[in-house]
Amino acid sequence: MPISLRVNGERVNAHVLPRLNLADFLREHLQLTGTHVGCEHGVCGACTVRVDDDIVRACLMLAVQAHGASVQTIEGLSDSGEISDLQAAFRDRNALQCGYCTPGMLMAAQDLLKQQPAPSRDEIREHLSGNYCRCTGYHAIIDAIEAAADARRRSVP
Amino acid sequence: MTATAAKPEGLSVLDRPNSYIGKTVPRPNLDRLMQGRGLYVSDMELPRMAHAMFLRSPHAHARILDIDASAAKQMPGVVAVVTGKELEAIVTPWVGVLSHLKGLKSAPQHAIAIDRVCWQGEAVAAVVASSRALAEDAAEQVHVEYEELGAVTDMGTALDSATPVIHASLGDNLAFERIHNAGEVDEAFAGSDEVVEVDFVFGRHTGVTLEPRAVVADWNVAEGRLTIYQGTQAPHMVQNIAAMHLGLEERQVRVVCKDVGGSFGIKVHIYADEMATYALSKLLKRPIKFVADRVESFNTDIHARDHRCKGKIGVKRDGTITAFEIDDLTGIGPYSMYPRTSAIEANQVVNLVGGPYTTKNYRARARVVFQNKNVMCQYRAVGHPIACSVTEGLVDLAAMRIGMDPVEIRRRNLISDDAYPCGSPSGLKFERLSHHASLTRLLQMMDYDRLRVDQMELRKRGVHRGIGIASFIEVTNPSAAFYGVGGAKISSQDGVAVRLDAQGSVICQTSITEQGQGSESLTAQIVGSVLGVSMDRVRVILGDTDNTPYGGGTWASRGAGIGGEAALQAAKTLRGNILDVAAAILQSTPAELDIRDDAVVNAGDGAPRIELKELSRVVYFRPDTLPPGIQPELMATRHFVPREYPFAFTNGVQASWLEVDTETGFIKLLNHWVVEDCGTIINPQLVDEQIRGGVVQGLGAALFEKCIYDERGQLTNANMADYLVPMSGEMPDIDVGHVVSPTAESELGAKGAGEAGTAGAAAAVANAVNDALRPFGAVITEIPLTPQIVLTALGKI
Repeated sequence: MPISLRVNGERVNAHVLPRLNLADFLREHLQLTGTHVGCEHGVCGACTVRVDDDIVRACLMLAVQAHGASVQTIEGLSDSGEISDLQAAFRDRNALQCGYCTPGMLMAAQDLLKQQPAPSRDEIREHLSGNYCRCTGYHAIIDAIEAAADARRRSVP
Repeated sequence: MTATAAKPEGLSVLDRPNSYIGKTVPRPNLDRLMQGRGLYVSDMELPRMAHAMFLRSPHAHARILDIDASAAKQMPGVVAVVTGKELEAIVTPWVGVLSHLKGLKSAPQHAIAIDRVCWQGEAVAAVVASSRALAEDAAEQVHVEYEELGAVTDMGTALDSATPVIHASLGDNLAFERIHNAGEVDEAFAGSDEVVEVDFVFGRHTGVTLEPRAVVADWNVAEGRLTIYQGTQAPHMVQNIAAMHLGLEERQVRVVCKDVGGSFGIKVHIYADEMATYALSKLLKRPIKFVADRVESFNTDIHARDHRCKGKIGVKRDGTITAFEIDDLTGIGPYSMYPRTSAIEANQVVNLVGGPYTTKNYRARARVVFQNKNVMCQYRAVGHPIACSVTEGLVDLAAMRIGMDPVEIRRRNLISDDAYPCGSPSGLKFERLSHHASLTRLLQMMDYDRLRVDQMELRKRGVHRGIGIASFIEVTNPSAAFYGVGGAKISSQDGVAVRLDAQGSVICQTSITEQGQGSESLTAQIVGSVLGVSMDRVRVILGDTDNTPYGGGTWASRGAGIGGEAALQAAKTLRGNILDVAAAILQSTPAELDIRDDAVVNAGDGAPRIELKELSRVVYFRPDTLPPGIQPELMATRHFVPREYPFAFTNGVQASWLEVDTETGFIKLLNHWVVEDCGTIINPQLVDEQIRGGVVQGLGAALFEKCIYDERGQLTNANMADYLVPMSGEMPDIDVGHVVSPTAESELGAKGAGEAGTAGAAAAVANAVNDALRPFGAVITEIPLTPQIVLTALGKI
């Protein structure tokens, strides 16, 4: 099927099989391998991307469902600088080890901070509760997001 | 060890101006991973690459009568359908035994099953196609006729005479047995005021790395070389094994390990499907990629910890522990894994039980039996969580029996901090541990006395909170005693090469690997500190058998202690070489010079003499200007392996504070504390995060994780919706503290820290739950502590 969408701001036209999911489309057709695949059934959050204004599990969405949409992946958010402060906080706090969950974590964290600029630790934990990390034990990730939220609030005049 | 008499220096090689040792500095290259620019094996594509998927047995035990792939071979995109029989000509079978584990036996295992499948998930055929999706389509058209055989699933009856023997050639289902007897156990029990005996049950669980196992094998027939891109912890081990079983020389195999999406011991073994992928590449003369999907991960990644252990402790009324006794039984699946074997975990349990305590009376039996379930092998903290849960569970029950506080009984029995060096009744050698100092620090951190007061107050209001304490020891920095002495070609030494480039920056090649622990960072910190070069000028190369010295890799908490020392010694040698050249250029002596902030300076007043950049320029481009007879060596390589102690034991203690809802059986973790002693700390933040991550893996085992098999050997929860892992919402913050007792075996003094968290977390939680349930007289000695287990213990269901 023909689809047309925007990915990280660029217009993409493609022909895809109806069964192709968005994660595989991004990874295999567009070589955007920053979107990771962990469980392929919507539990682990490694494939989290933003479609229009919502974060979604790219493994649970078909590529054809993204027709007409605007998709942002970790590559897009990184290149635009939108999450550079979150990334700096993750780096300073060593909030990643193997890094495989990190693109999805950053997507979910940015989604939270857009909705709730001053989240409590419990709210951060709750918002990330669909993103699995086997390495860190989460504590450092919560610290990093908390620090980034504080810094954003302080930088708002 | 290669340390030579150091040139006179005012400071030790580590305690220098601008040292990075003991400092929190960010890991190099995190930006790559955070921006989605990493390169995991699952991301890789090569020209002409085809994808393999494995058709797997739906039965736990069955004879393969016929495989009809004729229809599948006609499907679009299909390159080949390959059976075990066809692959046998390319790759030889293996047997997972080690000679120092006396009596350990196993049967030959093939890359793809030939006549018989022995667990649900064992591969029966490979389908290779232009995409994974097309391979899966074709696999549906492969018809396999099975004759189902009786499955051995209950380890409790695996040795009964009525139970079928899985491998007839072995005679029975007993893979390994170890019996150990130290001191006067019977007399000790007879002389005890109380003896507590209880059965501990541990749920079989698995690693659930977020990136599944992944491999790309590329046999270049023109070069006669096989390049294996794999997320592995031990590249040289993979090189050795692949070469041995594919009929190649090691020089014909290169193993490359780029970014790895989690390992934890899951990716340190040789899996049949990975061997099959190497062989398929050789057979089909093109790159072949295999990435396990999540169902395959659950069915084929090694499982761990399936133990039932009878434990017995004797205690006197004054709190003196008189003896420990255990009888451990574990089921490992149908084969002992290769090449590390599946007997190590039970062996570790025997080694470690009672390890923190002074009693010399210890009797143990461990039996390792075959079953028709997925293979079981070493996963993070191998054996430690079992030994720690049994030991600490028994100590708490003994304390409860004599009415003593759990802290007090530990104070009276933990090996004294001034008793070292000393040994354990199981034969372990301890260089220097700090149980008492660690316990004292823990009690301060958690404010133990106040928590006890809070607990009593809350109990009056029907809120049931508990405190659990667990002391532990951890095996780190293993020497050849772990695997080498048993005949496995798994190196216990590591090597590091450092060289100055033409602009005065440093390139460092190390044989340890990076899976997120921070191997790159600790190597750069050590090399930068010893050389006097800023960290951003140190580039670390790892994970490539063509481009690093030979070595073991990163497992068994060995990267910092062994690879770190090799880095220190290599950097020290290069530093000497640089100073020799500098002295010649500057008409000075090496003793009068030092390197600080990327420049050679006067050792005395720190005045700059020559930048490393300029020194490199002279050496590489104008050697004609050097005095005659000077041949600079701006590259140095050193290797290290511990020789004096077989293992560098570390110790620590954990505490859990939690609340049990006695109506629902739910457990809420409120706080978790860890104090551990890994010797010299290279980067405090990295150590703390290793501890925290390890703790949460232990908490998963304590509360959630279990591979649930039915009586026919079917894994019923092989997906992440039904197999529960710890997510952020249920996990507590974790406070980490340290006591520092460096090992004298190395100049660096670092011991390992990677497994300490996992070793004691479940024991602390289980003890806390029993502490919370004390008013109900309920005692639970089974994990995971599901609501069902809790409510059953409370007599509510």
